Amino acid sequence: MTESFIGARIGRFEDRALLTGQGQYLDDIHMAGMLEMAFVRSPHPHALIRGIDAGKALALPGVHAVYSHADLAAVLTADRIPQDKGGAKFPDTTWPVVLPKDETCFVGEPVAAVVAESRYIAEDAAALVEVDYEPLQPAADCRDAAAPGAPKVHLEAKDNIVAEIRADYGDCTAAFAAADHVFAISLKQHRGAAHSIEGRGIIASYSAVGDEMTVWASVQTPHKLRNGLMELFGVDESGVRVIVPDVGGAFGGKNVIYPEDVMVAVAARLLERPVKWVEDRREHFLAAVQERDQYWDLEIACDGEGRIQGVRGKIIHDQGAYTMMGLHTPHNSAIAVPGPYVVPNYRIDVVVTETNKVGCVPIRGAGYPEACFAMERLLDEIARGLDLDRAEVRRRNLIPADQMPYEHPMKTREGTPTIYDTGDFPACQVQALETADYAGFATRQARARSEGRYLGIGVSNMVKVTGRGPFESGVVRVGRSGRVSIYTGAMEMGQGTKTSLAQICAEHLGVPPGEITVVAGDTGAVLHGIGGYGSRQTVTGGSSVHLAAIEVRDKALKVAAHTLEVSERDLELKDGEARVKGAPELSMSLADIAKALSGAKGYSLPKEVTPWLQSCVNFRPPDVTYANAAHVVEVEVDIGTGGVRILRYVMANDSGRLINPTLAEGQLVGGTVHGIGNTLFEWMGYDENAQPVTTTLADYLLPTAAEVPNFEIIHVEHPSTLNPLGVKGIGEAGTVPVAGAVISAIEHALEPFGVRIAEAPISPGRLIELIAAGKQGS
Amino acid sequence: MTETRKIEMTVNGVRHQLEIETRVTLADCLRHHLGLTGTHLGCEHGVCGACTILVDGQAARSCLMLAVQADGAAIATVEGLAGDDGTLHPLQQAFHDNHGLQCGFCTPGMLMTLVEFLESNPDPSETEVREALSGNLCRCTGYQGIVAAALDAAQRMRAQAVGLS
Repeated sequence: MTESFIGARIGRFEDRALLTGQGQYLDDIHMAGMLEMAFVRSPHPHALIRGIDAGKALALPGVHAVYSHADLAAVLTADRIPQDKGGAKFPDTTWPVVLPKDETCFVGEPVAAVVAESRYIAEDAAALVEVDYEPLQPAADCRDAAAPGAPKVHLEAKDNIVAEIRADYGDCTAAFAAADHVFAISLKQHRGAAHSIEGRGIIASYSAVGDEMTVWASVQTPHKLRNGLMELFGVDESGVRVIVPDVGGAFGGKNVIYPEDVMVAVAARLLERPVKWVEDRREHFLAAVQERDQYWDLEIACDGEGRIQGVRGKIIHDQGAYTMMGLHTPHNSAIAVPGPYVVPNYRIDVVVTETNKVGCVPIRGAGYPEACFAMERLLDEIARGLDLDRAEVRRRNLIPADQMPYEHPMKTREGTPTIYDTGDFPACQVQALETADYAGFATRQARARSEGRYLGIGVSNMVKVTGRGPFESGVVRVGRSGRVSIYTGAMEMGQGTKTSLAQICAEHLGVPPGEITVVAGDTGAVLHGIGGYGSRQTVTGGSSVHLAAIEVRDKALKVAAHTLEVSERDLELKDGEARVKGAPELSMSLADIAKALSGAKGYSLPKEVTPWLQSCVNFRPPDVTYANAAHVVEVEVDIGTGGVRILRYVMANDSGRLINPTLAEGQLVGGTVHGIGNTLFEWMGYDENAQPVTTTLADYLLPTAAEVPNFEIIHVEHPSTLNPLGVKGIGEAGTVPVAGAVISAIEHALEPFGVRIAEAPISPGRLIELIAAGKQGS
Repeated sequence: MTETRKIEMTVNGVRHQLEIETRVTLADCLRHHLGLTGTHLGCEHGVCGACTILVDGQAARSCLMLAVQADGAAIATVEGLAGDDGTLHPLQQAFHDNHGLQCGFCTPGMLMTLVEFLESNPDPSETEVREALSGNLCRCTGYQGIVAAALDAAQRMRAQAVGLS
């Protein structure tokens, strides 16, 4: 190829429609005869439902129906939402319900659904539905809920324990007994909800002719939604089609099947009219998944040089009232602690505990940010205890580059070995430190201190599993017009997936990427797919498209060589045609090749080619691949207000080979700011009775442009050996190490007050408390 | 509850007369009654800024206004930014060139906020841009591309203004 598209900073093809107001998000879709849904939501964290009286609501003009649990059996095969359990075992009572029969288990849980001519009328009617609740004792704090005799989240359950997970290897008992030093910490960790700026939303339309349901939904995983609806409605793939319009962000919040999704489909089926529901922000706070609370008790053992001998501890994980997506978050937290460091002995026990709050599933980072924060806090303990530089402690413990590929003693969630395929973790840290002028920080700090200003610097390192899936579909097809199209189960949700897949495909077909159509998010056009989560799509879908494009190229050249009576070796694909190198007048257009391969008369085909100018590849990586990063952040803390200002933020990130560095930087910066939100701002508050207390964006703070700096990014590219593109994931890479670095920097700034931070997020008010306590103690 | 009123407003230079329920927000009116779905709703309580439009030249949250309050007003939305021939507004072009958008949902509000801001401050500092944008939430970009786009657009618009004079 004369021009390489892979690695090029190409502007996105998605942009123009989105910039001109021509994007089509879920709520932008209107249909003739469409009705709208609103939900009656539980005001109680835990209550029995004694009865539902919809009389007044149904009497309101414009109201078509009010549905409760009793209406489900008419069309659904089950009243609980199907999901993949994998090998995990957990009690049936934790399985999410479509609508509760007689017991509601969190504030905001849909109890009844109202369908009306407009959302305005539907909300009026929802307020008229009378539900007779008998409040029950809630389980609010997961630590209390885990204790014997605690109020039960579900009355029918044996207790509130969903599962216990153990991650261990080596011999911690011996290692701790023999260690020179042991340090212990207790951490309180909290992450909020996804808060994509577009909420969830869904439209369903049912046609009795053919018994077909078409669903438009703002989701990350359309095939998962299709599969779930298929199971619930007792139909096969031909009975449900899910189409995803433009998605206004997702971040994990749109990766589960929710009761609202099912109820919209139920209403469309029963009324045989299109029905829409669009989540408002309050509903996102109340009823969209969160990552929420983990309580950690940890110990680290090290030798006299600060080299880690072992890590052990316990986690209590808040699972919420329903297990919406298995045990992914707590399991990730349990296994991700060692990350880029050598930890010879290890044991973490997790108690996954239900509470009367909305369910917890992975939000961007998926348990890794908590694990990374825990490890980085432990390393800071070693540095403090042994009076060592914090970066030096990390250097001594990072896995050396000459040990790559590194077989980690930790088993993956699937029980397979953890193998870091490529990377140079120490070099990554060195690059980040040098760029951030770590060596010169003491001078800057001293100067600031002389002016009464408190500066601190923090360092953290992380490894994030990426490219899960385990695979993704990629079809490359050339139509009779010569137009190249990609069909994939990978999803566009803002990352620029369509542009990067087009770049990968264009590399092989001699067509500008901007002229390639990418069809993503349509289970009717793409029968098999998995979707967008877990920093996986370029690794899996990208590789499939890459391999498919190569097959299409080879096939096109074979047909052209046959027709032009030349050798394939003498041909190249350029500008939409196969040309003889050096004699471009001898050519055959992709359109003609496609026509020949689609059975058009008058063409002769070589014997060995299969019909149609297309290829379908479902590349299955031999294993997951791991991205890594080092973050260095410099902060200033205002000891009067507790305000934290980020002065400088440097990251060295290795996500393997980059398809489009500009888009990669967008992912890294966006992910890092998500981490800053989790560290300094975002707190989904519940009171001691499990009543949510932060239900607006004025109470729950997201970072704004004024709170974050420009980020300096160093791309370290160690190509993965596990896929043909050499790529590793990137979507979550920015988020994982943030809390570890930022909290360390804050603590460093406040060293004169002896402040020790054992929680994330940390608010200005809390910092003021810690500073005051430090002053008192000193 | 279903009281209606006749109103008249100009949106992107086009005059509209409509009879609308008094309780309908301006955002819903634009989106669902006039079909201008470029204006987005992210929180419906005035914090996220996605629904920002210009009302008589001033940035306003269309989720916090009733349509009837816009009676007689001249409204500008994202749909009116590009030229009739499809040429992007310098802000739109700069957002594309600086990767100032990912999912695009907050983008219309960002653009309209910046249209007003750059009119009043054509040569802003980075800090001023960040302050001006602090009422608009973006969950995807981390703001870096948006800030770069705003500064880039400001420069282009200044160059354009010099060229015109």
